[in-house]
Amino acid sequence: MVCSVTVTVTEAHRTIDAVWRIESAKLIAALTRMVRDVGLAEELAQDALVAALEQWPSSGVPSNPGAWLMTIAKRRAIDHFRHLKMAERKHEEIGLDLETSQQAIEVEPDEVPDDLLRLIFTACHPVLKTEARVALTLRLLGGLTTDEIARAFLVPESTVAQRIVRAKRTLAQKKVPFEVPAGPELAERLGSVLEVVYLIFNEGYSATAGDDWMRPQLCADAMRLGRILAGLAPREPEVFGLVALMELQASRSRARVTPDGEPILLLDQNRAKWDRLLIGHGLAALERAESLSPVRGPYVLQAAIAACHARAGAPEDTDWERIAALYGELAEVTPSPVVELNRAVAVSMASGPEAALPLVDELTASPALARYHLLPTVRGDLLAKVGRLAEARAEFERAASLTRNARERDVLLARAKAAAGE
Amino acid sequence: MKFMVLVKGDENTEAGAMPTEQELAEMGKFNEELVKAGVMLAGEGLHPTSKGARVRYSSEGTTVIDGPFAESKELIAGFWILDVKSKEEAVEWLKRAPFRDTEIEIRQVFEAEDFGDAYTPELREAEERMRKQVAEQHGQ
Repeated sequence: MVCSVTVTVTEAHRTIDAVWRIESAKLIAALTRMVRDVGLAEELAQDALVAALEQWPSSGVPSNPGAWLMTIAKRRAIDHFRHLKMAERKHEEIGLDLETSQQAIEVEPDEVPDDLLRLIFTACHPVLKTEARVALTLRLLGGLTTDEIARAFLVPESTVAQRIVRAKRTLAQKKVPFEVPAGPELAERLGSVLEVVYLIFNEGYSATAGDDWMRPQLCADAMRLGRILAGLAPREPEVFGLVALMELQASRSRARVTPDGEPILLLDQNRAKWDRLLIGHGLAALERAESLSPVRGPYVLQAAIAACHARAGAPEDTDWERIAALYGELAEVTPSPVVELNRAVAVSMASGPEAALPLVDELTASPALARYHLLPTVRGDLLAKVGRLAEARAEFERAASLTRNARERDVLLARAKAAAGE
Repeated sequence: MKFMVLVKGDENTEAGAMPTEQELAEMGKFNEELVKAGVMLAGEGLHPTSKGARVRYSSEGTTVIDGPFAESKELIAGFWILDVKSKEEAVEWLKRAPFRDTEIEIRQVFEAEDFGDAYTPELREAEERMRKQVAEQHGQ
């Protein structure tokens, strides 16, 4: 008997986890609109979660769990305002009017879908440091616990907890309005939101090794956040561009490492292992982005590049000319030597090493790439292809001295030897 | 993780009965919720089996059997593919679906980690060789 009760409680907890994941962001968003304070809203939502954890294992999960949580949270909000009001009376101060605060609390969560969008823009507000934006977004919108965020970013839980507390305090102190920015500010602020989502994605994507399931899960969380954003801002091409980019990149995840965790380069990947469903979804998102605006922003362009790879049935079918042109466009929108280097690689694939060498030679003057091992790697490769072997060898040796990856160093030193004819 | 949700067919779906306007509206609203929450990757309704076929494989060769098929309870009338964190989350979503008098089935879709062992040493070795050849071609 004891055993079966335990099972039921655990099952109830798993159900509550699932409900929380579905409802928490909407709940916090609606509460923030009522109480005008993200921190307080989250506390109220957490109170409701605690009540669910106490009651649902014995009473069962209510048929409309979202409404149940909302009711509890609202009650707590009213209690809070009553308490505040009483304290204010004692101090004879002018404060919140109980009548108006109760009226505000009569709003249903589904009435104003913009609440979620407001919450995303608040969590990603530039007044916060990037790492705080990331933690707050995962917490308020992703429904992740502090512990889960800590494990995902390989930092102590106390650090994440502090980050979140400080972030909420900063939002309150700076009186950050709970709103979606308008006009020219929108584009800029949207950039911050997209950056946070993509950061979360990359944190999961770059962590290919390791036993911790949390990090790959971050990719899924980021994709979900991106799709939510696309649902809320259906006219923003860059939102769909980011969704497409993440989905096209994630479509390769089962092909990009060996079972031992060794990375497999894009052109060597077994394309049969690419996730066709995600590719289809990603290509559709890209199409949507391109139909929204003739001007392509950085995420749309990167997604378009990823799409060229996704559309190629075999590596030799890759449309390198188009990729080179897209990198050219990307370099105009977001000038960066890394983008230029990628463009050079695409040019060499499309038109041969002679065409690419001058582009790479130019980059050797870039201070930003001075210690970037891929620059001498690419240059060494191009030099070897045009028969300038002594120079190629020097470049591979230089690249080997710059990489921090032991395996990569071995490969580069082997190439240096090969170039020297040893 | 991905889950496929299978919607069972019945006499009505097999007879090609179209949903009422209200049913369509309810289903549309549910689908919109799934999309807005970022969990829906795909979802389609299927025509009756009278428009479909079965292909049967045996040692004698293949046989094609045209629909309709009799056992209506075992037939599929539609599906979703949801990208969620757990089976429980898929279940919670489906509890909100506007169905009456029917049954759905929730099945997990195979993913990366499930394929670990299908990667044979020969495949690994071939990849390894190719990897060395093209190691410098692309940054990723």
